[in-house]
Amino acid sequence: MAVVSMRVNGKAVAGEVEGRTLLVQFLRENLGLTGTHVGCDTSQCGACVVLMDGESVKACSVFASEAAGTEVRTIEGMANADGSLSPIQQAFQDNHGLQCGFCTPGMVMTAADLLQRNPDPSEHEIREYLEGNLCRCTGYHNIVKSIQDAAQKMRASATAAE
Amino acid sequence: MPKDFGIGASPKRREDVRFLTGKGRYTDDINVAGQAYAYVLRSTMAHAKIGKVDATAARSAPGVLDVMTGDDIAEVGTLPCGWQIHSRDGSPMAEPPHPILARGKVRHVGDPIAIVIAETLALARDAAERIELDLEPLPAAVDMRKALADGAPTVHDDAPGNLCYDWTFGTPQEETDAEFEKAAKVVELELVNNRLIANPMEPRVAIGEYESHSGMHTLHTTSQNPHVIRLLMGAFVLGIPEHKLRVVAPDVGGGFGTKIYHYAEEALVTLAAKRLGRPVKWCSDRSEAFVSDAQGRDHVTKIELALDEGGKFLALRTDTLANMGAYLSVFATAVPTYLHGTLMAGNYTTPKITVNVRAVFTNTVPVDAYRGAGRPEATFQLERLIDKAAREIGMDPVELRRKNFVQPDQFPYATPVAVEYDTGNYDATMDKLLEISDHAGFEARRKESAANGRLRGFGIACYIEACGIAPSALMGQLGARAGGFESASVRVNAAGGITVWTGSHSHGQGHETSFAQVVAEMLGVPDEMVDIVHGDTAQGPMGMGTYGSRSLAVGGTAIVNATNKVIEKARKIAAHMMEASASDVEFADGKFTVAGTDKSMAFGEIALAAYVPHNFPFDELEPGLEEQAFYDPSNFTFPAGAYACEVEVDPETGKTQVLGFWAADDFGNVVNPMIVEGQVQGGVAQGIGQAMLEHAVYDDEGQLVSGSYMDYAMPRADDIPMVGVDHSCMTPCTHNPLGVKGCGEAGAIGSPPALVNAVIDALHAGGHAVPHIDMPLTPQRVWSALNAAG
Repeated sequence: MAVVSMRVNGKAVAGEVEGRTLLVQFLRENLGLTGTHVGCDTSQCGACVVLMDGESVKACSVFASEAAGTEVRTIEGMANADGSLSPIQQAFQDNHGLQCGFCTPGMVMTAADLLQRNPDPSEHEIREYLEGNLCRCTGYHNIVKSIQDAAQKMRASATAAE
Repeated sequence: MPKDFGIGASPKRREDVRFLTGKGRYTDDINVAGQAYAYVLRSTMAHAKIGKVDATAARSAPGVLDVMTGDDIAEVGTLPCGWQIHSRDGSPMAEPPHPILARGKVRHVGDPIAIVIAETLALARDAAERIELDLEPLPAAVDMRKALADGAPTVHDDAPGNLCYDWTFGTPQEETDAEFEKAAKVVELELVNNRLIANPMEPRVAIGEYESHSGMHTLHTTSQNPHVIRLLMGAFVLGIPEHKLRVVAPDVGGGFGTKIYHYAEEALVTLAAKRLGRPVKWCSDRSEAFVSDAQGRDHVTKIELALDEGGKFLALRTDTLANMGAYLSVFATAVPTYLHGTLMAGNYTTPKITVNVRAVFTNTVPVDAYRGAGRPEATFQLERLIDKAAREIGMDPVELRRKNFVQPDQFPYATPVAVEYDTGNYDATMDKLLEISDHAGFEARRKESAANGRLRGFGIACYIEACGIAPSALMGQLGARAGGFESASVRVNAAGGITVWTGSHSHGQGHETSFAQVVAEMLGVPDEMVDIVHGDTAQGPMGMGTYGSRSLAVGGTAIVNATNKVIEKARKIAAHMMEASASDVEFADGKFTVAGTDKSMAFGEIALAAYVPHNFPFDELEPGLEEQAFYDPSNFTFPAGAYACEVEVDPETGKTQVLGFWAADDFGNVVNPMIVEGQVQGGVAQGIGQAMLEHAVYDDEGQLVSGSYMDYAMPRADDIPMVGVDHSCMTPCTHNPLGVKGCGEAGAIGSPPALVNAVIDALHAGGHAVPHIDMPLTPQRVWSALNAAG
């Protein structure tokens, strides 16, 4: 067992882990952040996507010890400071971009990663970027629409802020 | 202006905020103080005699609390099958026992052999490796046709020849055969409905708890119908009376049928929790789900259609083999029979229809209902065959379908396969489909593709399904061991807030939003005054749960009926308060008014009065405002529609691109259009998955070759196009008060044949006379077919 420490959603956290402990287990079991989900065991569903130092990673494919010293952001850290939904979260609700909600945290985190890299992605680029995230409910139609809507609103508010 | 609440509006889903902020509470998110962890040791062989299971070393391994094998729990009951089918000779189906831990033999890869409970999952898993297992391999029965042949390995000694039943249905065979004798044209087709794995994104999880001082068991589980699990597990497996067994299905991450059934692990953790006096949690990983969740489809069919000179359908006959897998799952026997045979008329007036089905045991994972359940299999056969018939007689496939549609003035329409369609308008959905898919512009698009060396195709399929499952009386006659009702309880609280308990369960369908819309509309209050509670047997009356697109049609009707009882009770209270006769009190827009006067009271005032009954005449009027209803439907509902798909095939590689998909559905009335459209889009994606990508493949030894997301091709975002949906053709259901039919499965039913028809159309346009290709339409299959046809 070893102690790892990192920042999660802006707070310093630490916990005892085994060498084999995955980041997703650390988040769910040590920290009780159960918004990050486990949907497979071959690193292919994307339900566990979080941001690590600003980049999306599958938390099932990172050891907790590898995340030591990094800044991790999970779905629990996505809302605005006042608790209201962030533009991406709001767009998912507005466009019915979720049904059972299980893949949703991973979708939102992947969308956040995409939109910080590419604020104006085409439908094709969105679909390509979602390649590592499975959804069984929506048929992706409304997830794509949600991300397009979020992108448009985030661009508009960035323009307004300039 | 569109409504912003009540029936017909699309308010944002109230469920979404918790899911979007990580506050959802799925079963795996629940951890009970003191819980131990279970690991299930499963067979790695498809068929083997169990020589020895020695758990001595495992029992003494670090952190191990308990180990159970099949022999340790011999007194426990077996997993029940919910539907008894009778063969054509009147004999009941073969119904071999399905133990929760294998005894004597293992019968499929994944068959549970032992369960290890330890302080951590890692310790349980490590200890399981110390179980000494002596499995003597036996030849496996895998392919259905081979399993029925003489000398095939026998899966169950009490199912000779691996036959579960040999069922016939509809018109007597000789009558149908006589039509074929005199028909101008007979068209036939042999096809496979590929085996699928439902793959809800949340794997199954079960947590058992036991309270020794009260004898109370609690099971948290990933279920579509917690009340049914309580009944099946309590009454048939563990012998726990229902008042001592609480089953909770909290947020559930998708079901698609595979979370209907009672599974061994639910009983095992319940049993283990009592043995240990500690909560026990079991969590499936995805690899385990591939070999332990009930799988879907897997039919092999020969179907024939007789037509007259003008293209009118005269008769239809089918011969299907349906795979049951190694054991009978809860609905398994009903899927290829009453959920399949009854739909073989489709949208058409075919007067004679005979359906034959043999159900077969194999050394594969059990097969049961998966989104659509029997109806996709029926629709696929029929709609592929009609397309083939159109090509063979040289008639446009749309025209051939229209020529044979049941016409609006023929409803109610009794089919030769036991059901009576209440209403519909199939030409209307076809017209709408051709409009939204720009069918008229297709030939120009085809030419454009041809100029680029690509083969473009357009495919159509119609569908009808029987939903709103189901009238209990009919189910009983057909062999069901359960009823088809649903329950609701509506409590109006003193300050006017309303709590509704429903026996339906939501695992993505948005009931918390749409059911609230119904109650709000009826009571004339804002949506947010109504809360919907589901998923806990300790709250609300016995319910039957969610499957078969039944929630709104059956569960919603129970809510309507309970709400109407509330209104009647409130009317009596209003009459008392306003000193009028109840028959003179009218209720509209949330207000009770004495007819012909200006005396009125708001619904909220009546709610308060109900609980402050200072001067009620108690012999005539009880305090309180809370009512319950159990609704049993008088008929199925019959959603129907027409689907179109446009594809482009690259003849060099056989790769198919789905360019467009359109759905024109008649769901009757629609409560929340946003949710309904989402259901269709999701269903279509699963249908495209079946047609293009997904296939559960077993090798000759019964190993599941496609046992992970690396090998089982799930549809991903770039496999699915935007899906054009329309539900404006509405013929309201005639026998439920909401006029609704159900929308959950349609997408998965109508889409596979539309897609395959489109690919076949594309190949024919390129001069390749390919009669049929079995799903999934991989580039290899399409390329091979195209080259074989020349």
